[in-house]
Amino acid sequence: MTTTQNATKKVRPNLNERIADLPLPIKVVLWIIFALFLFALPLLNIPFITTPDSDFGGVLFTVSTYVLVALGLNIVVGYAGLLDLGYVGFYAVGAYTVGVLSSQHGSLPWLWCVPIAILVAMASGVILGAPTLRVRGDYLAIVTLGFGEIVRLTLINSEWLGGAQGISEIPRPPGIELFEVPSIDWSTGVPVVDLGTTTTFLKFGISDFIPYYWLALVVIALVLVFDILVKNSRVGRAWEATREDEDAAELMGVPTFRFKLLAFALGAAIGGLSGAMFAGKSGFINPQSFELLLSILFLAAVVVGGQGNRWGVILGAIVVSYFPERFREFADFRVLVFGLALMLLAIFRPQGLLPPRRTLRAKRADARQHVLEEGEAGA
Amino acid sequence: MQFLIDNFWALTITGLTLGAVYALVALGYTLVYGVLRLINFAHSEVFMYGTFAALWVVMFLGGKAGGGTGQVIFWIAMMFVAAMTMSGLIAVLLERFAYRPLRKRNAPPLIALISAVGASFVLAEVMGLREKIVAWVGLDDNLRAYVRNSRNAVGLPDIVAKEPVFTVGGYAVTNVDIFVIVGAITIMVILDQFVKRSRLGRGIRAVAQDPEAAALMGVNRDRVIQVTFLVGGVMAGAAAVFYLLRIGITRYDAGFLLGVKAFTAAVLGGIGNLRGALLGGFVLGLAENYGSAIVGTQWKDVVAFVLLIVILLFRPTGLLGESLGKARA
Repeated sequence: MTTTQNATKKVRPNLNERIADLPLPIKVVLWIIFALFLFALPLLNIPFITTPDSDFGGVLFTVSTYVLVALGLNIVVGYAGLLDLGYVGFYAVGAYTVGVLSSQHGSLPWLWCVPIAILVAMASGVILGAPTLRVRGDYLAIVTLGFGEIVRLTLINSEWLGGAQGISEIPRPPGIELFEVPSIDWSTGVPVVDLGTTTTFLKFGISDFIPYYWLALVVIALVLVFDILVKNSRVGRAWEATREDEDAAELMGVPTFRFKLLAFALGAAIGGLSGAMFAGKSGFINPQSFELLLSILFLAAVVVGGQGNRWGVILGAIVVSYFPERFREFADFRVLVFGLALMLLAIFRPQGLLPPRRTLRAKRADARQHVLEEGEAGA
Repeated sequence: MQFLIDNFWALTITGLTLGAVYALVALGYTLVYGVLRLINFAHSEVFMYGTFAALWVVMFLGGKAGGGTGQVIFWIAMMFVAAMTMSGLIAVLLERFAYRPLRKRNAPPLIALISAVGASFVLAEVMGLREKIVAWVGLDDNLRAYVRNSRNAVGLPDIVAKEPVFTVGGYAVTNVDIFVIVGAITIMVILDQFVKRSRLGRGIRAVAQDPEAAALMGVNRDRVIQVTFLVGGVMAGAAAVFYLLRIGITRYDAGFLLGVKAFTAAVLGGIGNLRGALLGGFVLGLAENYGSAIVGTQWKDVVAFVLLIVILLFRPTGLLGESLGKARA
C-alpha cells in the first residue's frame, strides 16, 4: 500500500540512494575509510563504545561471529523464507569438526580443518534438509529445533566427541609475527598513542583476541561478496520467488525443493565456517557453548535487523551480541532488559531495524501496475 | 531391551503421567496456533508461573506432610485455583502486551516469534530475579520465604503421601499417578466439550477456520483470541499442579524444556488439533520412557526429537492432522 503511494509523488532520495548516486571513486574511498575504521576499532578504544568489563577485542570477535552466523542464517530465513530454529546445530558441527580433526582424533592444522568443517556442515545441512524440507514452514521450525537439540545431546553423550568436557587444545590459526600495532589510551581524556599496549600483527595468541577479530572481518567480507553474488544471480531470484509464493514458483518452473535445499546447505556451510572460527579462537569447545538459546539469539539477530537485508542482519547481529556485553555491569538484569528490548523492537519496528529494500524489479513492476490502474480510472 | 521388558509397566505408568502434563501444556500451543497460526513461544513461562503459584499457595496455607484427607484435598484444590488463575492471567497479559500490538500493525508472522521470545525472557527473568525485585520494592521482610534463593529450585512440601493403590505387572501404581492421569484426561474432555458445544468454543473454531469470514459473521475476533489464550493458560495451570505433584520441584527456568517437549507433542499429534495434542502428549511421554529404557536415559530427549522427525516424514501434518477449525460441530 505504502509503496504505491510513494510511487505517486517524487520522493526525496534517502541516504542509501544518495550514497548509491555518488561517483565511483568517492564510493571506493568511503569504503576503504570505513574498512580501515573497522580494522582499527579495537585499537582506538573509543570511550562509551569500548566494553569496560570485558576484553574489547574478544567482544568484537564475538560480535563478528554473530555477524557471520546471521549472514548465513539470513540466506535460510531471509532469502528462502525457511524458519530455522536449530541453526546452532550447524555451528556446533563446524566447531566439532575442527576439534575432532585437529585435536581429539587427529592433528591437522587449523587451516586444513576449516574447509573440511564447511563441507561437513554443508553435508549435515543436506542430510537434515533432504527429508524435512518437504514439510511446511512451522513444522520445519520444530524439526530444526529438534536437530539442534539432537546435535547438542549427542555431543554431551558421546565419549568419542569428548562428552560433557568437550575438546581442548585445538590449534590456533597460523600466524606470522610481522610488527607491533600500538593502541590508543583515553584515560586522560585526550587520545594518546599508547606504545605500552600493543598488538602483534597476526599473532594468534591466547590473550590478545584482536587478530582473530581481523581474521573474522576478512572472512565476513568474503562471505558478503559471495552473498551479493548469489543473491543477484538466478539462484537469488529463485529463492525470492519460492519465498513469496511456493506454488506459483513451482508452476513457473522453479524447482523449489532443490533451491530450498541449496539455501539450507549454503546457510549450513556458513554456520559451519563460523563454528570453525569459534573453535580456532577459543581453543576448546564443549557442548555448553551450543545451547538452544543460541539458535534463538541468532534468529533474533536476523529478524531484529530485518530479514532479507544483509546490512540489516549485520546490524541485528551487532545489536544482539554487543549490547549484552556492553552493559555487563547490569549483569543480573541484562537478560531481562534484552527481552524487553526484543518486545519493544518487535512492536515498534516490526519489519526489523533495516527492512529489506524492494528490489528495483519489484519497484518497476509496481510503477507499471500503478500506471495501468490510473489509466483505467481515467477512462 | 531386557530392562524394558522387566520394567514395562513402571515405564508405561510414569510415561503416561509425564505425557498427561505434556498434553495439557500442548493444548495451549495448539489452541493458539489454531486461531493465530503462531507458535506461542512464551507459553512455557505461563506454565512455569503456574507451578510457582501452586507452590506459594501451599506455603501460604502452611501445607506440610501428614495432613488429614480433608486438608490434602483442600490444599490441592487451592493449588488448582491459584495455578489456573495465575497462568490464565499471565497468558492474557501476554496476549495483550506481546501479540495484540503486533496484530494491530499487521506485523509479519516471524516478528511475533521474536516478541514471544522477548516476553519469554522477561517472564523467566522476573521470576529468576524475584528476590532482587522484591527487595527493591521493599517487601523483602514480608515475602522472604517466597522469594529466597530465587535462582535455585524450590520444592513443594510433601503434602500428598504417595501410596500404592494397586499393582500392575509388579509396579505399584500410586494415588498420585492415578490422580494425574485421570485428572488430565477429565480436564481435556471438559475442554473438548467446551470447544465443541459452547458459544465461545464455536467462536474459536470459526476464527480458526477462517478469521475473516468469522469476523463478517459477527464473531469478535479479539475477544475470541483473548479467550483462547485464557483457556490455554488455564490448561497450563492445571498441568503445573500435576507437574508439581509428580516432580515436586520447580525453578524459574523449569518451563523451557517442558515447553519444547509440549510443543513437540502438539506437532506430533497435529498442531491445531485438540485431540491430537492429547494423543501427542501421551505418545511422547511413553516413547521417551521406552526409548530411554532401550538406549539409555541420557538419550531420552534425543528419542523424543528423532520420533518427531520420523513421524513428520511419514505423516507431514502430525498423527491426527491439523484441524481445530474442521473439528466436527
